[in-house]
Amino acid sequence: MNLRRDVFQAIADPTRRAILLLVASQSMTAGAIASNFDTARPTVSKHLQILTECELLKQEQNGREIHYHINAKKMKEVADFVEPFRQMWDDRFNKLEAVMKKYQKK
Amino acid sequence: MEQKTKVNAEEGKQEIIITREFDLPLELLFKAYEEPELFEQWMGTKVLKMENKKHGSYSFETSHDGKVVFRANGTIHEFVPNQKITRTFEMENMPFPVQLEYLEFEKLTDETSKLTMHILFKSVAFRNQLMQMPFAQGIHMAHNRLQEIVSKKNNEI
Repeated sequence: MNLRRDVFQAIADPTRRAILLLVASQSMTAGAIASNFDTARPTVSKHLQILTECELLKQEQNGREIHYHINAKKMKEVADFVEPFRQMWDDRFNKLEAVMKKYQKK
Repeated sequence: MEQKTKVNAEEGKQEIIITREFDLPLELLFKAYEEPELFEQWMGTKVLKMENKKHGSYSFETSHDGKVVFRANGTIHEFVPNQKITRTFEMENMPFPVQLEYLEFEKLTDETSKLTMHILFKSVAFRNQLMQMPFAQGIHMAHNRLQEIVSKKNNEI
């Protein structure tokens, strides 16, 4: 259950989503991934660590280099989850509540 | 903390049940659906038509940067103030079949209310596809951002 939440925290971040997208087409080293972002290298490393921990990314030793590639099985699992859909409605309803509270005060 | 909005989508069923408890009196909750100006505010859309009566119809469109990006419409089958709305919902220019929606509004206390949205789809596959749309959108947004980053990078070189 905890893991599930972590996965969603992982994909809630736009940079991490961009990393997933980048790695989706080909496996890459941390350096190659970092070169695509303005963010500092240690920040990108932290993102990679989070994505690896929740199994969205897999590491692969390739000689002296470590390549990151996407864990398609896990990605599919996440896509099947209800959570993003629930969050979309939750945002919508929160807005409704706020709009109507303001209206009520008039 | 318990979640205010709940989604129940049972495996293998072609329906979704969304429930939400509001910190609003029932009348105000219903008004948010009834009044086009209010509906526009919380849905972030533009109402083109809203005939709140049996066999009336509605349509709305959402724009981004002056371009219409999303348009939806439907027919109202039941409209009982402060109780229920039964309607169809169809997204335009999308290969997605019309869905049937049962909205029930309930009073909990004088200051709180509950909405139950029961949505029926043509098939289980379509239901699952719809539920994945917010995720797909997230990825899409990430992609746009990535393109921005890449083009910014290219300009620097």
